[in-house]
Formats: sequence, structure tokens, C-alpha cells
Amino acid sequence: MPAPIRLRELIRTIRTARTQAEEREMIQKECAAIRSSFREEDNTYRCRNVAKLLYMHMLGYPAHFGQLECLKLIASQKFTDKRIGYLGAMLLLDERQDVHLLMTNCIKNDLNHSTQYVQGLALCTLGCMGSSEMCRDLAGEVEKLLKTSNSYLRKKAALCAVHVIRKVPELMEMFLPATKNLLNEKNHGVLHTSVVLLTEMCERSPDMLAHFRKLVPQLVRILKNLIMSGYSPEHDVSGISDPFLQVRILRLLRILGRNDDDSSEAMNDILAQVATNTETSKNVGNAILYETVLTIMDIKSESGLRVLAINILGRFLLNNDKNIRYVALTSLLKTVQTDHNAVQRHRSTIVDCLKDLDVSIKRRAMELSFALVNGNNVRGMMKELLYFLDSCEPEFKADCASGIFLAAEKYAPSKRWHIDTIMRVLTTAGSYVRDDAVPNLIQLITNSVEMHAYTVQRLYKAILGDYSQQPLVQVASWCIGEYGDLLVSGQCEEEEPIQVTEDEVLDILESVLISNMSASVTRGYALTAIMKLSTRFTCTVNRIKKVVSIYGSSIDVELQQRAVEYNALFKKYDHMRPALLERMPVLEKATTNGPTEIVQTNGETEPAVLETKPPPSGLQPASQANDLLDLLGGSDITPVIPTAPTSKPASAGGELLDLLGDLNLTGSPVSAPAPQIAQPSFLLDGLSSQPLFNDIAAGIPSITAYNKNGLKIDFTFERSNTNPSVTVITIQASNSTELDMTDFVFQAAVPKTFQLQLLSPSSSVIPAFNSGTITQVIKVLNPQKQQLRMRIKLTYNHKGSAMQDLAEVNNFPPQSWQ
Amino acid sequence: MIKFFLMVNKQGQTRLSRYYEHVEINKRTMLEAEVIKNCLSRSKDQCSFIEYKDFKLVYRQYAALFIVVGINETENEMAVYELIHNFVEVLDKYFSRVVRH
Repeated sequence: MPAPIRLRELIRTIRTARTQAEEREMIQKECAAIRSSFREEDNTYRCRNVAKLLYMHMLGYPAHFGQLECLKLIASQKFTDKRIGYLGAMLLLDERQDVHLLMTNCIKNDLNHSTQYVQGLALCTLGCMGSSEMCRDLAGEVEKLLKTSNSYLRKKAALCAVHVIRKVPELMEMFLPATKNLLNEKNHGVLHTSVVLLTEMCERSPDMLAHFRKLVPQLVRILKNLIMSGYSPEHDVSGISDPFLQVRILRLLRILGRNDDDSSEAMNDILAQVATNTETSKNVGNAILYETVLTIMDIKSESGLRVLAINILGRFLLNNDKNIRYVALTSLLKTVQTDHNAVQRHRSTIVDCLKDLDVSIKRRAMELSFALVNGNNVRGMMKELLYFLDSCEPEFKADCASGIFLAAEKYAPSKRWHIDTIMRVLTTAGSYVRDDAVPNLIQLITNSVEMHAYTVQRLYKAILGDYSQQPLVQVASWCIGEYGDLLVSGQCEEEEPIQVTEDEVLDILESVLISNMSASVTRGYALTAIMKLSTRFTCTVNRIKKVVSIYGSSIDVELQQRAVEYNALFKKYDHMRPALLERMPVLEKATTNGPTEIVQTNGETEPAVLETKPPPSGLQPASQANDLLDLLGGSDITPVIPTAPTSKPASAGGELLDLLGDLNLTGSPVSAPAPQIAQPSFLLDGLSSQPLFNDIAAGIPSITAYNKNGLKIDFTFERSNTNPSVTVITIQASNSTELDMTDFVFQAAVPKTFQLQLLSPSSSVIPAFNSGTITQVIKVLNPQKQQLRMRIKLTYNHKGSAMQDLAEVNNFPPQSWQ
Repeated sequence: MIKFFLMVNKQGQTRLSRYYEHVEINKRTMLEAEVIKNCLSRSKDQCSFIEYKDFKLVYRQYAALFIVVGINETENEMAVYELIHNFVEVLDKYFSRVVRH
């Protein structure tokens, strides 16, 4: 068999391949040749073959059959063999392969070899791919080599020790004595690797960190020598002596000085010296300055030094080199929280960076700009940011829009400015705005009562041309629905009023409904808006009726449900229509922090977090409402009109309101929306005011409301201190039979003068033998303080069959309702 | 920490690769192709640091060859930039008359 080709030949051959397929063919041929050569156990050419194999592995072809060959090479006596063998081990083997343990003995022997280069190879390999077992076995050898006077070996041993510590942290103490005079070395290689080792140890163990703090003076001295010493050809990089070592030392100083006043003080001088003396004309100097700035900002440095650091960063921002600008922006972002005022001074430069061509710089500049917006500069900054939003890449638009909304909310100088800014964002980046922005915006708009006419006019004009941007269309539809009358009456003060007829408004809303571009949610908004206009417009009610009835047979279930309900409003319940579709009052945004934040849209309350499980789908409310109607019997009950859910049909809020037995709809027209609004505060009461509840449960006896067929339901009561008409009933359902009750649903209805709210149950399974209970909270509003009566309906599955029962609860204790 | 060190030419052929973290062999080729695509789409006056996935790339171009180093957030990007140049100078010195492609 002819001698296998050399590596160089192989590389040349592969490079002549013109296609991927050709290359693959060549490599497969060579692999086959190598495999047969391995089979022949040829010692002379093994080294060459493995080298070729490693090259092919680097190109991405599998080479696992060479692993054992690497081991054989390592065991050989020839240096050239060992060299390739160890390289192969580093590239092909790791702890995932079982064979790697076979190397341990070889490495052990080679660590004690007479030639330093062989020892070096062994150290390199162990430090690269050693597994925890190998490290444990060989740590002693490494430690020995760490103390040797041979600097070639010492530096490699230090790096190997870093790897050992990473794999087996318990062995860290073993290396402690050897570190004592590591920093006394003159050799930069040893110094560098020692600093790496010390850094690793300090990062892993706070005890080590405390122990090594005493090295700060020595480190400072070394750094000083590096800066002050003259030209040293061995370590020079563009005029600076060993910048890599300087950067490493600065990093170690950062770790040592963090949170420690004494160490930080000891470093102040040298940091100031490095900051002022380093040459900034080349990248090298700037790299060192960057590391210095990071260190200054991280330790407990004095304020003069911090200002110096930020000024350096400011200077970086003016530099022509992109890399430096990027790095400066990154660091400023890190420091803007702590040194806000100092960074503000560089605001104009930062804003200029928004116009940079580089994507990374733009992103950084954008984040930094948002961090710098405050009450004083908000107008100017917004102008720049809006301009940026116009011209930036799509990947930025969502973040930029959200940032602008947040900043505008916090610092808006006037309502008109706020609304103008929002309009601008919606029109320029309307499709990138996040979904949660829509309810926030609607709430904001309702709050600025005097701006309604202006807002609706501007929104109308915005979607007239283009109704493809969903969030914009949603907000616009909602506003037109609410304030359409202002729009057609042309009463805008802020701006030139436009002449719009009712038909034109309906035209645009209908086009939104029909358009292919509109999302289902948007269509829902449009339909509801059209419906609301039936009370605000005078001449086009018939047209609205027609539109609504058409959508009663829409394929989209959501639209169909709405249309059917609105149709019902026109037909059977026309007397209630005006009351129901009245203008929304100013929505109060509950600014409670944490889980009880509630955002209201369209009269729905949507508690952000309910303590209990998520509610079932939106279709159930309609049926449950009907069930309750059945419960309370025929004609003396006014029916429930579930309010159409907005963008979240399965929201907890919608579900809760729909469960309400009946609404107190008699009386003045104001009362129709009033209960809906009273409910929000009622709900708010319940949800956010747990501590306000004076638990007089001890005073109110609990009752057993139902006890049949092994199912027992107990009621416990609480009254609210702040709102004496609210009673909170906690039901506990338990099961004394020997089989579980599953799919348990509890429903309740109360007479007309009461209002009822049912929260989600803790679960739907009642375990057998009284081993657990389902709890559910009912809130009853009893403004007229009438005697509490309740009808309950229970459905569950038990012993394989569905059970259902109705009962009346009359034994409420007087303290629960008086 | 340096995650990997690559030398890739403009056509996407890997000339040298060294990974310091375990990456599956088939994922390597994908990674190299994506990385070089990112680097090729940059213009002359853009900065040499790219944010890629959850780490950063520092790249430098020498004629038709790109040297790309993947680093995590603890590294000083500019020092790594210098390191690349240092590496090239060492190669130059050691293998005299280097042809880069």
C-alpha cells in the first residue's frame, strides 16, 4: 500500500474541489484510506493520518473512529506522535466519551516526564478537556508543577489549575499555598496566568476573595511598573507594555475592590494614573481605558474618580472609531442608574448616536436615551425619538414605541402633547405597537375629557387613509364609537373641525369590518363601535340595524355572538339600549402595585391576577346566566345582557360579570352603567382590600347551607368595614362518600335587590372521605339591607353519573346582612 | 470567556476553528455559516462587535479572511479585538510569507 499522503497534500486536494459534493467525495475516499491504515496498525504513519483526520473534523466531517488512535499516539515515545495525539484528544475527546479515562495514566506519566515540552502538552490537554475524575486524580501533580521554578511549566500549570477548580471546586484549597509567591515572578506569562487563577478563585469563593485582598498593593505595584517602565520589545503592543496583562490586573482589582472601602482606596491612585496617562490614539490604549472605567464604576471609588470615568466615556462617544462609541454607550447604560446627572451632560452626543448607521450603536443609543428622559428634556427628547421611530429598522420599532409610551406617560407636560405623541406613534409604527398598549391608550383618552373631540377627529383622519395598522384601528374604532357624535357635530376647539357625516363614519367602520387586513379583534372593536353609534347618531339607525343583523350569521364566532346580542338589543330590549350604550365615564386606573392591578376597558374589569385557577371559556357565561335565570324563575326577573368582551374573551373579568345573577336595571337611566361601574369598585374592594376586611367572622356564625347525598356545603361570613353592604361568603364543599366528586360547579342566584359575584373555585374535584374541600368566594352586595336569600344549583359527577340539585338557602344569620 | 475562535473566508469555508465549549459537530457548520453571514453583511464603517443570540461576536477582516471570536459578556471586547490582531501578527512572524485566503 502506498504511503498515505501528507496533510498538506490533502488540504491542497480539498481546495481544488469546486462543489460541496466533490469535497465530500474526496474526504470520504481519504477517510476510507485512513481507516484501512488504522486497521493495519501502522505506527509510522499513524501521526500523519490522525492529523488529516483532525483537519477533516474541523471541516465538519465525523471523525470518531480516530479517538483510540489518538490514545495510541499519546502512549508513543516520539514527541511528534505525542503532539498530534494530545491535539487530537483535545479536539475529539471529552468527558462524554468513555475512552477518555484511558488517558489518565498517560497524562500522569507525562506530567513527570523529563522533557518540559511533553509536560507542557500534558498540562495543556488536562486543562482543556479533563473530566472531574481525571482532575481529581491528577490535581496533586498539577499543584506540584505550580510550585516549580520553570516558568514555562508554571504558567501552563496555573491555567490547568483554573480548569481543575472549575471542574472540582472542592480542590480549590489545595492550590492556595502554591499561590503565595505567584505574583513575585518576573515572567509575564506566569504573571498573566497567575492573575487568571487568582481571579477564578476569587470569583468562586468569598473566603478566597477576603484572603486575596491583601494582594492589592502588590497588584498595584505590578500595574505601576507596566505603565511607567520604558519600551520593552518583548511585551510591546503599539507602544503600550503588555496591555493584556494590564487589562487582566484591572479586572482582578475590580473584583477585589468591589464592596470594600480599604481596597478601593488603595487602588484610587493607580486607577487615576492609568486613566490619565494611557495613550488614546490607538485601540490598545482605549481597551485599557475601557477596562479602567469599568473598574472605577464598580468599586467604591471617590466621586472625583467617577466623574473622571464618565468624562472618559463622553470622550469615547466623540471618537470616530465605531468600536469605541459602541463600548462607551454600553458602559454608560450600565452607569446611568447610579450616576444619572453625570451621564445627562452627554445627552446630546448620545442622541446624535441615534442617527448612526450601525445597528448595535443605534440600539444602545435608544436604550440610553430612554433612560435619560426626564421632566425637563422630555419635549426635545421625544422629538428626536419620534424621528428615530420613523426611520429605524423594524426590529427596533416595537421597543421604541413601548419606550415612548412609557416616557410620555411619566413625563407628559400636557394632555394634548401626550395625545399628539401617541397619535404620532400610532401612525408611524402602528403595526409594531404591543397589544397591551391599546387598553392603556383607551384609558388615557377617556381621562382627557376635554380632548375627546380633538382626539376622535385626529383618529378619524388617521384611519381614513389607511386602516391596516391594527392597534391604531382598534383605538380609533373605540373612540369613534364613543365620541362619534362629537365628530359629526364638528365641535373641535384645538383644531380646524372637519365636516363629517354620519354615513361617512359608518362607511369607514364598515370598511374595517369587511377588510381582509383586519384582525378578528379589530372587527370586534368595529362592530361594537357601530352599535354604540346607534344611540349617538340620529339618521342612520336603520343602517346600523342592517349591519348588525348581517353579522349575526358571521363565521367568526366572536362577531356572531356580538351581532346576535346587539340584534336582541334592537328587537326585544330596545328600551334599554340608550342606557346600556351610554358614554363611558372616566375610567379610574387602579394604580395598586402587585397582583391587584386592574385595567378597565369597556366597563369590564380584568383583574390581572386571580389567586384561583383561570376561568372556563367565554361561551359558558351565556349559559350560566340563563341557568341562573331559570333558578330565580320567570317574569319578575329582568334578564341579563352580558356585556360584550373586548379583546380578551376569556378574561376573568368578563366571566365574572356574566355570572352576576341580575343587574338592578330599574330606576334612572344612569343606573344601567352605574351598576357596571359600581361593580368595578366593588370588585376593587374585594380584590385589593383584603386587609381592609375586618374579619368579624368570629362574630358571624357559619351555617351549613346544604347537606345531602354526602355533599356538604358550609358558608362562612365576613363583613367589610369600609363597605357595610358587602358580605363575603366563603363556601366550603366537602364529600363524605367513598368516591370523589368531579366537575363540581357551584352556582348561586339572589333576588333582584342584591348583587352577586362569584369568584373562581379552588378546584373542581371534591376528594372522598372528607379528605379535602373546594373553597369558593361569593361576594354579595346588599345595599338595601334586605334579608339574604339564595338559591343554589350544584352539578357534579359522582359514581359515574351526572348529578344535579337545586336548593334554597334561607338560614342566613342576621349579622350577615343587617 | 471566549467561546470559540474561527477563521472563515468570504465564501464561508472554515480555515480554522476552535471551540472552547461543547457544540455538536453538525451545529458547528450551521453556526459558522450564520456567523459569516452576519459579518459579511456589515459595512466598513460599522463597529466590529455584533450581538448574536446571547453572546457577542468580535470580528476582524484581513483581505479575504474573517477572524471571528465569540465571547460572553464578561470579556472586554476591545481587548479581544487587540488579541485577534496579536494572533495574526504571531502567525505572520512564525510562518513568514503568509498568504491569506
